[in-house]
Amino acid sequence: MAEKVIYAMYDDDDVLKDGAKKLVSKGVKVADVFSPFPIHGIDPIIGVEQTRLGIFAFIYGLIGLTLATVGMRYFMIVDWPMNIGGKPSFSYMDNMLAFIPITFEFTVLCAAHGMAITYLIANRTLPGMKAKNPDPRTTDDRFVMELRTSDNHQFSVSELEDMLKGTGIVELEQKDIV
Amino acid sequence: MEFKIASKAKTFTMALIVIGALFTAIGVALNMGEHNFTQRIIANGLIDSYFFFSIGLGALFFLALQYATETGWYAAVKRVIEAVAGFLPYGIGMMVLIMIVLTITDGAHIYTWMDPDTVAHDELIQGKSAYLNKTFFWIRTVVYLVTYYIFWQGFKKRSLREDIEGGTDIHFKNYRRGAHFLVFFSVFSSTSSWDWVMSIDVHWFSTLFGWYTFAGMWVSTMVVLVMLTLYLKKLGYLPKVNDSHIHDLGKWTFATSFLWSYLWFSQFMLIWYANIGEEVTYYMMRIENFKVLYFSMFLINFAFPMLLLMSREAKRHSGILTFVGVIILIGHWLDAYIMISAGSMGAQAQIGFMEIGMAIAFAGIFIRVILVNLTKAPLSPVNHPYLDESIHHEI
Repeated sequence: MAEKVIYAMYDDDDVLKDGAKKLVSKGVKVADVFSPFPIHGIDPIIGVEQTRLGIFAFIYGLIGLTLATVGMRYFMIVDWPMNIGGKPSFSYMDNMLAFIPITFEFTVLCAAHGMAITYLIANRTLPGMKAKNPDPRTTDDRFVMELRTSDNHQFSVSELEDMLKGTGIVELEQKDIV
Repeated sequence: MEFKIASKAKTFTMALIVIGALFTAIGVALNMGEHNFTQRIIANGLIDSYFFFSIGLGALFFLALQYATETGWYAAVKRVIEAVAGFLPYGIGMMVLIMIVLTITDGAHIYTWMDPDTVAHDELIQGKSAYLNKTFFWIRTVVYLVTYYIFWQGFKKRSLREDIEGGTDIHFKNYRRGAHFLVFFSVFSSTSSWDWVMSIDVHWFSTLFGWYTFAGMWVSTMVVLVMLTLYLKKLGYLPKVNDSHIHDLGKWTFATSFLWSYLWFSQFMLIWYANIGEEVTYYMMRIENFKVLYFSMFLINFAFPMLLLMSREAKRHSGILTFVGVIILIGHWLDAYIMISAGSMGAQAQIGFMEIGMAIAFAGIFIRVILVNLTKAPLSPVNHPYLDESIHHEI
């Protein structure tokens, strides 16, 4: 049997949330939900894992911190020793205070840019990438729930569809996975 | 739900007061007769009065901020904020008392500008005496304290009336009064810290000083709020407070400790960079005499909250929050100590039985007053317009 994807469309996020709760309580696995805005409280219902973006942000921040420190030490102390505020000690530690603002800014810069780029890659939404959402209306006023038969072998396609029809959907669509 | 003070808490606060008094007595017995004895004991009174007064004031400010911004999430913990703000009248009493003592003793070598002999030989203070003199100092002090007190009484009364009457009239009145308070507070928080704290280092000045002490006040308040909420939650009160409220209070703690560190650094770096004689004295004196204490104070107030509260889980973890809270309170007490005692006594300032004892005794009184305040009003507001939003708060 070919694996199928079922897209159920809703016109209200609360209806979708209630529907998802009902389906999950019956043991159905919801693969994904497409929505024009973040639906509050949907993550724990359909079992989306906690994001790991924060850990990445921390790592990018550390990279920024290191780069800034190494770079400034080279520019300002080693390569061309600078007289900092009349304190020409030519040592990084003694002049560290002067470097902290830039270190801070560069840490933030790296963390923010790294996070944004990671986010775009993880969502496959880098500029030029093909849109992944099943229906363009999910960027406007519709909400789509995606079920995969590969996740739900205990139910047949028609069973899944019947269950979905009991949750206030407005449209239903099936696709074969190529 | 009505709050009753647990007998454990009663014993605990009583023990704090007794131990504090005992330590103070030991300190007094040990240091009696030293030439700076009176100065030391008055400086301690000023540190502790100011420190705990600021926590009450910080809570009032935080409450006014929530009113002025019409925040929703805080409604479930509103009475906790009000209980801490309810320390304000006691704090005001302590401040007035210590200011009277300082005035009678001509500044007790703490406010040297109050001492006519010193002023007569000091041109720099003479130049400032139009602002720094006893009469004008008292006018300002009374204006600050009375303003705070009037606003606090209004907030308290309306909050209790809202429970009975409901409707949105009181809410919008609070909204306006909250905004008014912020206007006064934005000026008074700066000028009062110049009067009460910065004038100790009378030759020195820094325009950033007000914000710096204000940030310290704010972060101390936030950790008191978070610890009190956790305590009440542990005892089974506040059933409407969920993890998200704790998380939000944790975020405030994290953010305000950053604000404090940022302002500390801004003040320090600009003065260090410019290296002007009359500006650097403040730091030179403190670093020469209290190098370890001064920088460890900065490190614990900055590094502990930053590293420990960075992750989402930590901001919801009661153990970590309480640990960081205690550390921050000690850190900010040290900050007040370094500002006031080190400023007035220089190398002779030291932390002994007296300092620790008085701080513990004041903390005991502070906790007791807050617990008593909690019994005076239902722990959850009934008719706050955003209560429903707050109960369903989820982040």
